[in-house]
Amino acid sequence: MTEDQVVAELRSGMTIGIGGWGSRRKPMSLVRAILRSDLTDLTVVTYGGPDVGLLCAAGKVSRLVYGFVSLDSIPLEPHFRAARQSGAVEVTEWDEGMLQAGLYAAAQRLPFLPLRAGLGSDVMRFDPGLRTVTSPYADGEELVAVPALHLDAALVHLNRADAAGNAQFLGPDPYFDDLYCQAADRAYVSCEQIVPTEELTARTDVTRLRIHRWMVSGVVEAPNGAHFTSCAPDYGRDESFQREYAAAAGDPEAWERFRATYLSGTEQDYQRAVEARGATTGVQA
Amino acid sequence: MSEFTRAEVCAAACADAWRGDGEIMAGPMGLTPSIGARLARATFEPGLLLSDGEATLVAGVWAVDAPPPATAEGWVPFRTIFDLLATGRRHVMMGPSQIDRYGNANISAIGDFARPKRQLLGVRGAPGNTVNHPTSYWVPKHTTRTFVERVDVVCGVGNDSAAAAGPSASRFHELRRVVTNLAVLDFGGPGGTMRLVSVHPGVTVEEVTANTGFALHVDGEVPETRTPTDEELVLIREVIDPNGRRDREVPA
Repeated sequence: MTEDQVVAELRSGMTIGIGGWGSRRKPMSLVRAILRSDLTDLTVVTYGGPDVGLLCAAGKVSRLVYGFVSLDSIPLEPHFRAARQSGAVEVTEWDEGMLQAGLYAAAQRLPFLPLRAGLGSDVMRFDPGLRTVTSPYADGEELVAVPALHLDAALVHLNRADAAGNAQFLGPDPYFDDLYCQAADRAYVSCEQIVPTEELTARTDVTRLRIHRWMVSGVVEAPNGAHFTSCAPDYGRDESFQREYAAAAGDPEAWERFRATYLSGTEQDYQRAVEARGATTGVQA
Repeated sequence: MSEFTRAEVCAAACADAWRGDGEIMAGPMGLTPSIGARLARATFEPGLLLSDGEATLVAGVWAVDAPPPATAEGWVPFRTIFDLLATGRRHVMMGPSQIDRYGNANISAIGDFARPKRQLLGVRGAPGNTVNHPTSYWVPKHTTRTFVERVDVVCGVGNDSAAAAGPSASRFHELRRVVTNLAVLDFGGPGGTMRLVSVHPGVTVEEVTANTGFALHVDGEVPETRTPTDEELVLIREVIDPNGRRDREVPA
């Protein structure tokens, strides 16, 4: 599939989970395709990074469900901050472990999973829909009943996949990508490279094949598709580009220039602009 | 080698947070806690587990601005950290933007949560960390902006909030200490409130109370924070922070 074909299968108002973590291995080419689309009113569930910032800046999001939003090397995400501070988005801000529990509950077709995290914190106050559940056993513990986070669609970016949707992470952490895929009605995998199935395990261990074809509805080959987030070991975060992004986000005129330069065309246009930038700044994309 | 800087006193005070913890994962967040955790493992707390900040548990001692040593002793992707923290075998030192007398800590947002004046990171893992395992805090700049009467968002659960939320919130809840550029504090005050444990050499009790936005519990004579040993100073200066990054976080 292409990014635009994936986005054509999404609808306004959907709940969409986005894999990766912070500014690490985000399906950015799919996010950029959403920016080009007329999708709106999305609920986005994620351990957030620039995916959240870009979607908020483009007015695509009505609700965010997250544990944090950060660019990692730049702690605070400027577009996310602006969206929060202007009241442009509604939020469900949960503990990081609650997000995992909610996705796992959805994946296991359970209504909720009990968790200690959240008790005593303002997570309970700011999300008045949250309920506790009392253990039916002798301990009688009262725990947070983290509701299932069912996703209409999941978007994840992996290092390699085969055409059927078996996909592997080659970096340090699978993050929660497999969980997003299992919590979703439809999951779409973008990857650096689509390879024949036998090549997936030719050079690395089978344990890196964490995404299985039964979880996946479509595969997109997207070289440099996580840019400007990291996609180790294929490439690190483009720190210079991320700094340019963050600086531009703080100023409407600079943001308009950034948008015109990088986000006004196709994914190919984006990648060409990134390459041209690397040539002029001497920075490797 | 009896001369030392404030930053080095802070690093040793952070290290002391993990004293007696044994074979658990230390979760230092920020520069000075990272120096402290590595210092603790290199000296009096060799059983501590430390990650490289990504997904690998590493053995040995290494510099804060250098790649970690090659010896991996475990794979800890985020999901494994979540599993581990619920076992209780972890002690984090987090950096709050606001903290109150009961140890409620805020890293989420300043102002009204519905439409904050300043959105910060989000609650992250603070709610889960604080009700599952020991938690300490590091504040590089002790001011009334950080030490407030009431935090805007309770992310890290304080002693009063844990008690109010019931036995399941309190069962594993344990706030250990707060280290700042001025002092060491704990929660030994009445009702689990913040108490001044020691002031760093050169700091007065009045300086600490004036920079704290609530009435701090002070128990008689307040001792001085211990100074780093010669062995610790060598480790800090030559191995863990050879480029002196600590002095930028805590100026002399």
